[in-house]
Amino acid sequence: MEFFFQLVINGLVVGSIYALVALGFVIIYKSSSVLNFAQGEFLVLGAYVCLAILVGSSVPFLAAFLLTLLFSAALGLTLERLILRPMIGEPVISVIMVTLGLSSILKAIVQGIWGTDTRPFPAVFPSTPVMLGPLPVSRGYLWSVACVAGLLVVFSVFFKYSRPGIAMRATAFSQQVALSMGISVKRIFALSWSIAAVVAAAGGILLGSIRGGVDGSLAFLGLKVIPVAILGGLDSIGGAIVGGLVIGVLENLSGGYLDPIFGGGVKEVAPFVALVLILMVKPYGLFGKVQIERV
Amino acid sequence: MRCGDFRTSYVEDMTIFDTNFARASLAFFLAVLLTVPLFATPYWMDVLNRIAIAVIGAVGLNILTGFTGQISLGNAAFLAVGAYSTAAIASRWNLPCLAVIPLSGLITAGVGMVFGVPSLRLKGLYLAMATLAAHFIVEFTVVHWEAITGGVNGVSVAPARLFGLAFDSDKSLFYLILPLAAFLVLFAKNLFRTKVGKAFVAIRDQDISAEVMGVNVFKHKLMSFGVSSFYVGVAGSLLAYQARIISPENFPLQVAIDYLGMIIIGGLGSILGSILGAVFITLLPELLRLVSGSLSGAFPGAVQLFASLKMGVFGLTIVLFLMFEPDGMAARWHTIKNYWKLYPFSY
Repeated sequence: MEFFFQLVINGLVVGSIYALVALGFVIIYKSSSVLNFAQGEFLVLGAYVCLAILVGSSVPFLAAFLLTLLFSAALGLTLERLILRPMIGEPVISVIMVTLGLSSILKAIVQGIWGTDTRPFPAVFPSTPVMLGPLPVSRGYLWSVACVAGLLVVFSVFFKYSRPGIAMRATAFSQQVALSMGISVKRIFALSWSIAAVVAAAGGILLGSIRGGVDGSLAFLGLKVIPVAILGGLDSIGGAIVGGLVIGVLENLSGGYLDPIFGGGVKEVAPFVALVLILMVKPYGLFGKVQIERV
Repeated sequence: MRCGDFRTSYVEDMTIFDTNFARASLAFFLAVLLTVPLFATPYWMDVLNRIAIAVIGAVGLNILTGFTGQISLGNAAFLAVGAYSTAAIASRWNLPCLAVIPLSGLITAGVGMVFGVPSLRLKGLYLAMATLAAHFIVEFTVVHWEAITGGVNGVSVAPARLFGLAFDSDKSLFYLILPLAAFLVLFAKNLFRTKVGKAFVAIRDQDISAEVMGVNVFKHKLMSFGVSSFYVGVAGSLLAYQARIISPENFPLQVAIDYLGMIIIGGLGSILGSILGAVFITLLPELLRLVSGSLSGAFPGAVQLFASLKMGVFGLTIVLFLMFEPDGMAARWHTIKNYWKLYPFSY
């Protein structure tokens, strides 16, 4: 039973990071109907930049964290302006391909600067675990869950009450109406890309500090958030959070119990099996907007 | 070469080659290709074979994605199915390769059609994700079904055999791969002159209108998945015969992205485009290798940077093509050809 709870807790921690990264994914899809396959590279780049700041200078972790988020926001804005904006109105496959091309470029930049070896991430959180009832839980886990929860609250407030947040929701509802109300849809697209880059970088830093190392394999997470976003519904922010936690727990449980039977690898494939099942049964996810179109 | 379009009947409009000059130049080109093994180095023979295999795979993917409009990220997985089917069949029964290759293609077509079933309900982005999931599921199966696939260590494939001849070198294999590629390209070209092919295009352009006009959309989507996967399976089978040892490392997700890159750069919905794109994407790393090799004297780090350079240039090419020539190299080729048609009186 302890094993079960340990798996669930690990799942919730990883799942909360999934939720954060999926949030960026969903925000981009909601505002501009683009599926961003470069989300994983945003995450890796964020983790490496934070690492470089930490190693290269003696600034405290929090400052490095905020500097990285600032860098990511600028990166998101630049990429949207340079690459995504010319693609407005192009067919789906072109837009998918452009984000795949973007992910190749970012991957190349990361590899060219930092190489392919795993770089140790300095221990940010003290290593002594906290006892949660009978279960020892590492402090890094608790901090990252707290961090994710904090960011999610900030974004919920942002979408609910701030002017740009409301403008983003209006754009997601209908671009034409938003335009006629004086909202600059282009600026909303730029904002959504920079938010996506910021949350991905935050996820990358947290994941790097939990794992204690950063390398290119973190980018796989960018693909794993696809099942998360689909489960919650591609255009639902609340769905991304629920989906992240569910997929995190699911992959840890299936990995923990089925890996001995299959000999490893179940954890990686389980979210995708779930993805196929969700697509077959409920393609618009738990909270997604259902668009009925019969052929 | 003709200086304009002088077609006056439907039959003329349907012809593939409008002049004898076009027919003759293609025949000449193929004849020259057949003599290449006489003087090419083993390295370039290997590259040439890989190009021909990529052409088959790219034409297959273009049938599905470019002509039918069903986005597939599962190409690497279907290649793997074709390659492992060949390994499994060739090691169990003593069949000639001209039976093994179509059999592998048929098995892949079956698998492809299974993963095509969700296309009944899913479109665009959602189908891309379903095929992405297919990729990881097939990868998992390949790694864990050790009896057939040899797991992570891979499995070795006996050389292709036909009438007592063994195609065990790149030179001899070229005479197997090139005719197959030429035949499959011609078949694809003809496919889009038939009712089935035109139904594929109708589904791509507007599926609801296609259904209204009497095209059975689901049946044709499945057929498209089947034909496309057959091509990809044949490519995978030839890949197995060429590589002789196949392991899961031969089929990462990047391969699927490369193939999508081929048809994007070459031109979606164009057979010529698939060929041009396959040639371009396969040659790109080889040219970069040459460049980084020759630069290594001046910059010792150039060879280490090769992997990231390759990826970066690939990504940049795709992005630039999508921004500045979204119709691909085939469209550019037609523009150039039309310009010369009336040269020097272009107006």
